Amino acid sequence: MQLSQKEARRTPGWMGIQRGHKARPLEWLAEKFIFLVSLSTILMVFLIFVFVAREALPVFLGDTDTALVSPVIPPAEMDHHSPAELEKYLELTPAQFKAMDHDTLMSLMDVKVEAANDIPESFRNSRDARINTTEWRYLLLPHQWDDYQKPEYIWQPVGQIKKFNIIPLFVGTLKITLIGLLFAVPLAVGAAIYVSQLARPRTREIAKPAIELLSGIPSVVVGFFALLVLATVLQKIFGYQTRLNAFVAGMALGFAVIPIIFSIAEDALTSVPRAYTQAALALGASRWQTAWQIVLPAALPGVFAATVLGFGRAIGETMIVLMVCSASVMSWSVFDSARSITTTIAAEMAEAVNGGPHYRILFMLGALLFAATFVSNMIGDFVIHRFKTKLEGKR
Amino acid sequence: MKKIIQTLCLFVAAVAVSGSAYAGNITVKGSDTLIILAQKWAEIYMGQHGDVKIQVTGGGSGIGFAALQSQTTDLCDASRKAKPTEIANCIKAFGKRPTEYKVALDGLSVYVNPENSLKELTISQVGDIFTGKIKNWKEVGGPDAPITVYSRENSSGTYEFFKEHVLKGKDFAASAQTMPGTAAIVQAVVKDKNSIGYGGAAYGGGSKLLSIKKDDVSPAIEPTEENVENGSYPIWRYLYVYVNPALDKDAVAAYLNWIRSDDGQKYVKDIGYFPLPKNLRSN
Amino acid sequence: MSEVQSPKSEVPGRHFRAEKFDFWSFFFSGLTGLATLFILGILATILINIIANGWPGFSWHFVSTTPKKDFFDIHTTGVFPMIVGTTFRVLVMTIFVIPVGVITAIYLTEYAPSNSLITRIIRAAVNNLAGVPSIVFGLFGLGFFINFIGKNLDVLLHNANAVWGQPALVWASLTLAVMTVPVVIVATEESLKAIPPGLREASLALGATKLETILKIVLPQALPGIMTGGILAVSRAAGEVAPILFTGVAYYMASLPTHLSDQFMDLGYHVFVLSTQSPNIEQTRPILYATVLVLLLLTFALNIVAIIIRSNIRRKMRSLH
Repeated sequence: MQLSQKEARRTPGWMGIQRGHKARPLEWLAEKFIFLVSLSTILMVFLIFVFVAREALPVFLGDTDTALVSPVIPPAEMDHHSPAELEKYLELTPAQFKAMDHDTLMSLMDVKVEAANDIPESFRNSRDARINTTEWRYLLLPHQWDDYQKPEYIWQPVGQIKKFNIIPLFVGTLKITLIGLLFAVPLAVGAAIYVSQLARPRTREIAKPAIELLSGIPSVVVGFFALLVLATVLQKIFGYQTRLNAFVAGMALGFAVIPIIFSIAEDALTSVPRAYTQAALALGASRWQTAWQIVLPAALPGVFAATVLGFGRAIGETMIVLMVCSASVMSWSVFDSARSITTTIAAEMAEAVNGGPHYRILFMLGALLFAATFVSNMIGDFVIHRFKTKLEGKR
Repeated sequence: MKKIIQTLCLFVAAVAVSGSAYAGNITVKGSDTLIILAQKWAEIYMGQHGDVKIQVTGGGSGIGFAALQSQTTDLCDASRKAKPTEIANCIKAFGKRPTEYKVALDGLSVYVNPENSLKELTISQVGDIFTGKIKNWKEVGGPDAPITVYSRENSSGTYEFFKEHVLKGKDFAASAQTMPGTAAIVQAVVKDKNSIGYGGAAYGGGSKLLSIKKDDVSPAIEPTEENVENGSYPIWRYLYVYVNPALDKDAVAAYLNWIRSDDGQKYVKDIGYFPLPKNLRSN
Repeated sequence: MSEVQSPKSEVPGRHFRAEKFDFWSFFFSGLTGLATLFILGILATILINIIANGWPGFSWHFVSTTPKKDFFDIHTTGVFPMIVGTTFRVLVMTIFVIPVGVITAIYLTEYAPSNSLITRIIRAAVNNLAGVPSIVFGLFGLGFFINFIGKNLDVLLHNANAVWGQPALVWASLTLAVMTVPVVIVATEESLKAIPPGLREASLALGATKLETILKIVLPQALPGIMTGGILAVSRAAGEVAPILFTGVAYYMASLPTHLSDQFMDLGYHVFVLSTQSPNIEQTRPILYATVLVLLLLTFALNIVAIIIRSNIRRKMRSLH
């Protein structure tokens, strides 16, 4: 029953707001506020990309230079050069340049000369000495460095001549991820089929939460287990040379990814309309035949999306691979060590000079990784969306 | 429920408003190689001087220098000398070069399996083995077996040092297996008959430490404590602490002094490094 | 539910064919059952291995001591500061993540027009946040919170030394909040959707405005679901190490973190550092296992609580319909 205006003013409502149109302005504000907060999620995704790419921008623009030997201006000749030239040589912004006094500038010049003198003879005369190793050509294509017999892809950012080829990292990431998926997808999808279609309800009630419990294990713990136990066990079984290799890392990665694929695939399989299953059973098919030939094809888009999301998670997993694998070897062999992009970022950021070319290339790898997972997420989303509308349309 | 939220908010607000700079507070950041030693020093010093608080963080020498330059740390631990870019950045940040203090010695030994008959190698032979030029033990006087090479990951200061000084800057062999720590290398070498590895001289535990010759005509030196301290063992490096000259006074200077005195140096051996020779200590 | 048997027909030829069918069905059913068993076996192996090896070192003393003497002696060391560090960062994260997550979920379920572009973009953004690699969050925390917001905050507050422009508890918590916001959103949405529309309609019919309905009727009903989301977010964040690597974790600190600008120790990071850098692997092995056990107990306890609450809600909701 509506209170009269007078009564409404006398009775304090929630938050002192009276009923009726007096409540509108505050409500409107609150609703706008809610909308803005929701927009913040979009903002976050945007900010992540912007700020990670921002640190990597100089590499994209070709502004970094890691040439070992470059022309050195002797401190005595400092006054012969214009401020603009000195700023470029010393890597200062105009504001910083103005704020410095003569002595400070001299000491910066001295540092440059010392750096040049520190280079060992053998490297000064190497033909790699004048190469800017952060150019795209060296990041992507093989190059025959000094002391190597043929052009190779080398990621070796430590040392006098830093080699930043990112191809071994991509190969390593792909190797480990593919092994992980090869291991996880059949297991997870098989278990999903079993739990959603073939098992008794009581088994289902135990198995489903139990497998989802696997996702509650932090990746540090899975990596720790792989490092200490799994690696030894696998080495005894297979007898290969390198104890910590891509195979072990891939398997551990599979462990971590199984719950995700299982969850989504199981959801997809259970949301196939019961009518399908019941019709097939009525026609004389066994439960397995129903599951394999009727339900799975119907749920295929969902299962596929589960795999895509598992792939995205596998590519982005850091701690497991960090604890298990450590060298970036450019090889397609599964039993060689490998390094994924995420591991490289996590491990090498510590020693990279802040703001230096190595640091920026690591950020660039982060940006590329983000772009890759973004694309794979969009694909997964799109497929799930199509799948949902198809099913809802049929219902 | 509301009460809980209210108290939580108050807690956060109270905590947020306070700053965190109080006197007698020393921040140490930097190398992971030094972190265990730095933590031990901090523990002992704080036990002796109750009014000082020391905070030790790792992250790597690079992070330590970055913190030095952004003035978010008092001391920077480094397992290598400051690179020219980092010195330049410090000058740009606070106008002066950072002061360098040597705080300990680290000797790197070359490990082989205890059953390996070899006793000594020259530095260049070691370098060639690790770059992959020498692939079989018989080329250096051992049995006819392929050499399995163990190394550290390239984010390690030990790796960088070994690469610069023993491999003379060349890259490690592609077939070198990487282990996540010195202890892991030692374990692997003990298990594998034909293996070779490197790491801190004090970790040996179970493997055989080779004596190293500077060149063909020099005597082979064992990696013992005295040989590392008097400099006759050829593979060694300093471990450094860098500090902003403007901050090098009062509590910070006292701590640095203590670290480099006989008092502080006697804990170095427990962590696996070697104390400074007498002439470099602070008293 | 009994298995539907393939018809054993009276016609001889069909009988033979029907039996062959049975075998393959049985075989593949068995195979998938084995897959499930294998997965559960992995879970069991990991858990048993950790519990068996960690139990000897685990004790009240271990959990409550701040290591003051030998860090590497299992008898005198402790993980109390790591537990405190983990708890603090997760608590501060909750303060940020729950409001944002709940408000976004409210928008998506109650207010958003179902097919507008903005709604689809928001949902896509939430899904993307869920899929971003954890190390990219770490880079984001470094590049945005520390280098941008922190540095500018210092400039604004005229701080002589960098107080906010360096790795700190608050930045690590914010990074984790951004990382776990999808978990809270999904859980809240689930619980909001499960409330029968009849309830909302009744409230509106009685004269309440939409906002009042949400705040006084719908949200209290959805509270258990929101709590589940919060707990899941907390359990996920407690176990993550990659995002905090550059944003605030420390290996050793003399005192417990008391200010938002302090750094903190962490269980997962401790495991990581010890297992890859420890000087004596035999000595640290029991400590490692015990620390892992503590971490596992923490995250598992939270997960189990969340699962129990969730199944309770599901049962209650079923009875409501």
